[in-house]
Amino acid sequence: MNADRLYAYVGVVLFAMAMYAFLTHTHLLRRLLAFNVMGGGTFLILVGLAQDGRGPDPVPQALVLTGIVVAVSATALAIILLRRWFALSRSTALPEDQS
Amino acid sequence: MRRRVARHAVAGVASVAVGIALWQAIGVRSIPTVSLPALVREAMPASGVSHDITAVLLNFRSYDTLLEIAVLLAAAVVALALRDTPRERMPASQPYLILDTFVWRITPLLVLVAAYLLWAGSTRPGGAFQAGSVLAGAAVLLRLSGLAVLSVDDRLASRVVVVFGLSVFLLVAAGTLLAGQPLLAYPPAWAGALILMIEAALTLSIAVVLFSLFDNAPQSRPAAAPAQRGEA
Repeated sequence: MNADRLYAYVGVVLFAMAMYAFLTHTHLLRRLLAFNVMGGGTFLILVGLAQDGRGPDPVPQALVLTGIVVAVSATALAIILLRRWFALSRSTALPEDQS
Repeated sequence: MRRRVARHAVAGVASVAVGIALWQAIGVRSIPTVSLPALVREAMPASGVSHDITAVLLNFRSYDTLLEIAVLLAAAVVALALRDTPRERMPASQPYLILDTFVWRITPLLVLVAAYLLWAGSTRPGGAFQAGSVLAGAAVLLRLSGLAVLSVDDRLASRVVVVFGLSVFLLVAAGTLLAGQPLLAYPPAWAGALILMIEAALTLSIAVVLFSLFDNAPQSRPAAAPAQRGEA
């Protein structure tokens, strides 16, 4: 197994672990963090698989760079929505998750 | 309690299943017959820049980058719509000698780093987003240390800058169409200059968008909302 393939496998493990966290936690900030780690795993899979055995591939790297920018701004927007939700409801979870 | 256990069990099974499926998929995937790096290398002389990722981002796949800045604009607009009004400004704090001196020394340096990153993008790693996020970081530092920076409240200027990057990009796209080229296919002679112009505009817009996302975040304290049951 070469290093590029290893990145993809690490991405898979990160994705699965973050998916578990995303499904089990109800705190919205934890969910947001887990979702970001899932995104990070996806980026690792994309870049690691694309350059596996063929050297660096600029096309998926550029795609991932675009993905990171969108992920950063979407995370910021999610935090804004989350703070607004917390200010209005004094709750850190969605109504259907409160038990 | 039983629901909690069930939730963990279902989540565990689901994530392990997805993980195993992905793990297997990596092992058995087919190798593509087209080599994208070779295609990019062939087209590099016409791209106007000498760094391959910048060439992909702003020339071969510039459509993606156009949509990316549109997404950033959408995020900034939603954040503007959700901000607290009217926003009480942080009261002017008494001067902290070390903090103020540090901030005034580091800010010009950060601007210089951002300009370098923007310029370096055409030949090596760097580019609009990196430069824009350094600028946004500098603005956040200024705001946190209580120094006046461009407030994204109701100033027309900041809104103009927010849409500036997308507008320049769209103008270039329209220009290539008017010149009889496909969308965003730059003439090779102008490609370098066009890419640098777009990147400069993107840098400003990205910096202001990221800063406004920070600056417009609503207070987490409730204004006058009745206290409700917290999270269990």
